[in-house]
Amino acid sequence: MKISSGAVRLVIPAASLAVLLAAVFYMQPRAMSYTGLNLLFNLAVPIALATVAQMLIMAVNDLDLSMGTFVSFCACVTATFLQASPATGILIFLGAIAAYAAIGVIIYVRELPAIVVTLGMSFVWGGLAVLILPSPGGAAPGWARWLMTSKPPFVPMAIVASVVIALATHFLIMRSSFGVLIRGVGGNVRSVERAGWSIVKVRAAAYALAGLFAMLSGIALVGLTTSADANIALRYTLLSIAGVILGGGEFVGGKVSPIGAVIGALTLALAGSFLSFMRISPDWQIGAQGAILIVVLAMRLFLNRLEKREKSR
Amino acid sequence: MIIRKMLFASVATVCITASFSAMADTAGKKIALSNNYAGNSWRQAMLTSWDKITKDAVAKGVVAAADPFTTAENQATEQAAQIQNLILQGYDAIVVNAASPTALNGAIKEACDAGITVVSFDGIVTEPCAWRIAVDFKAMGESQIEYLTKKLPKGGNLLEIRGLAGVSVDDEIHAGIQAGVQKNPQFKIVGSVNGDWAQDVAQRAVAGILPSLPEIAAVVTQGGDGYGAAQAFAAAKRPTPTIVMGNREDELVWWKQQKDKNSYETMSVSIAPGVSTLAFWVAQQILDGKEVKKDLVVPFLRIDQDNLEANLAKTQKGGVANVEYSLEDAQKVISAAK
Repeated sequence: MKISSGAVRLVIPAASLAVLLAAVFYMQPRAMSYTGLNLLFNLAVPIALATVAQMLIMAVNDLDLSMGTFVSFCACVTATFLQASPATGILIFLGAIAAYAAIGVIIYVRELPAIVVTLGMSFVWGGLAVLILPSPGGAAPGWARWLMTSKPPFVPMAIVASVVIALATHFLIMRSSFGVLIRGVGGNVRSVERAGWSIVKVRAAAYALAGLFAMLSGIALVGLTTSADANIALRYTLLSIAGVILGGGEFVGGKVSPIGAVIGALTLALAGSFLSFMRISPDWQIGAQGAILIVVLAMRLFLNRLEKREKSR
Repeated sequence: MIIRKMLFASVATVCITASFSAMADTAGKKIALSNNYAGNSWRQAMLTSWDKITKDAVAKGVVAAADPFTTAENQATEQAAQIQNLILQGYDAIVVNAASPTALNGAIKEACDAGITVVSFDGIVTEPCAWRIAVDFKAMGESQIEYLTKKLPKGGNLLEIRGLAGVSVDDEIHAGIQAGVQKNPQFKIVGSVNGDWAQDVAQRAVAGILPSLPEIAAVVTQGGDGYGAAQAFAAAKRPTPTIVMGNREDELVWWKQQKDKNSYETMSVSIAPGVSTLAFWVAQQILDGKEVKKDLVVPFLRIDQDNLEANLAKTQKGGVANVEYSLEDAQKVISAAK
């Protein structure tokens, strides 16, 4: 095989994004413009960041069910503390990231199922978010608003941000030795341990990094919406998991693809717009979104099988 | 010269047609409804009312289109994406029932910047460029206590059933109830549960807290929870207090049964789902170039002992007591705000 399996992994997500985009352009030619593309994709930026965060957790074979509430919590902190007294806000964020690292360690040391621990944490983050912002409100820090509404020449902000996120995480996860370690923990813990690395440290770092990306997601979201709400990002839990899988990642084995994850997040965001342009009744929309997911996943299984056949030949 | 004559002629025809149909100013305009949730009887009634009134308006040529869009998951981020899609689809006005008063502000601002009129109702938005048709929820909470002071002059213990935590409507009704209790110290709130505006949730929550409560004189509610509360009291074999209802059909039916059986007395208050049609007419008026204040207030719909039967007869099975608004009603609300 001349093409690497990593590249094959990217083909399906990229192709599905291209097909969806072509369909949207066909149905709504107005979308084929600078503002049009920005309107289609700007809300995908925080989803992409949350998806990258989820991908880091999935790279060490765990699943984070608190992603949505954690991003909501970060959004509430951004709209209140980070805006009013940046120092306190940064301190809270550092504490939250440390909490994420601690969760990663506890799950490993006590051999707890990650799903249960993170599900429990989702109530903690949700409760904290309501405590910080009992009723919707707050304001976006000026710089976050400026960043998310900036108008770079030629290419809209949403596209620039997506490319930057994809490339930065690609180098971090696929090209750095730290990334190899994280994926190694997901692929084969024992061999990483035998090679003399501390699993606890690697897992703590992976979780902390996930916390960092989730935090960026919350900030980006508030930059777009201008204010926060304790329930603002609840969908992100499932969207982020679906985004990772759609982008060619796997639940186990440390097989992840950062560029794929970002493309997966964009595809999910676009699928929603596509269905709304199609005038599909809301009763069917969740089902239709599921159908798109199933089609893409079926194509991927098919490619995986082809790949295996090639290898065994 | 010929060209000039033709121009004159065409201008003249335009003038004549324009003066013939005063409504035609918005005939080419498209209005969209962005709705965040359709999963309860109130929202279903709201969408039915919208359909009924706007189909008629489109048929008469008042507007070109009035399409309803509902998001599937009741999430602010999803509705923000929906509003951005509506901008791309080229609507002239967007009528919004928002999932969050603040989380949509970014998308609403984008719409305003694109020259689109945004009118929010029921779930209103705080973005200054949008119009708001609000219900005075605080007054709605206070009116419950006011009613109780007449019904129970001696006062007593109250159980409060609240709505969905973290939603502004819940906060406002709660604030109204608290203000009422402060003014009338003979009443005391001895317990408070979240009923999420759903009968089953309310029933479970009330059943859970009842054993720890003293005798309850009345239950103050937010709508959609009165019937569940009544069931919980019956199941615990406790005397039925005065439960304020919220205009739902099941609540009104229960009230009617109790009224016939032992002349049970209460009142019922909520906002009419037909407020969506009021928002539609307000959007149409704004598109028509009328001067409209950014903040409008819609009266809430109250049912009392004497007009219970009349309202119940008009209410659909499983629905909510409703009023649909006409263009004249909208003009009245607009001029009242000036």
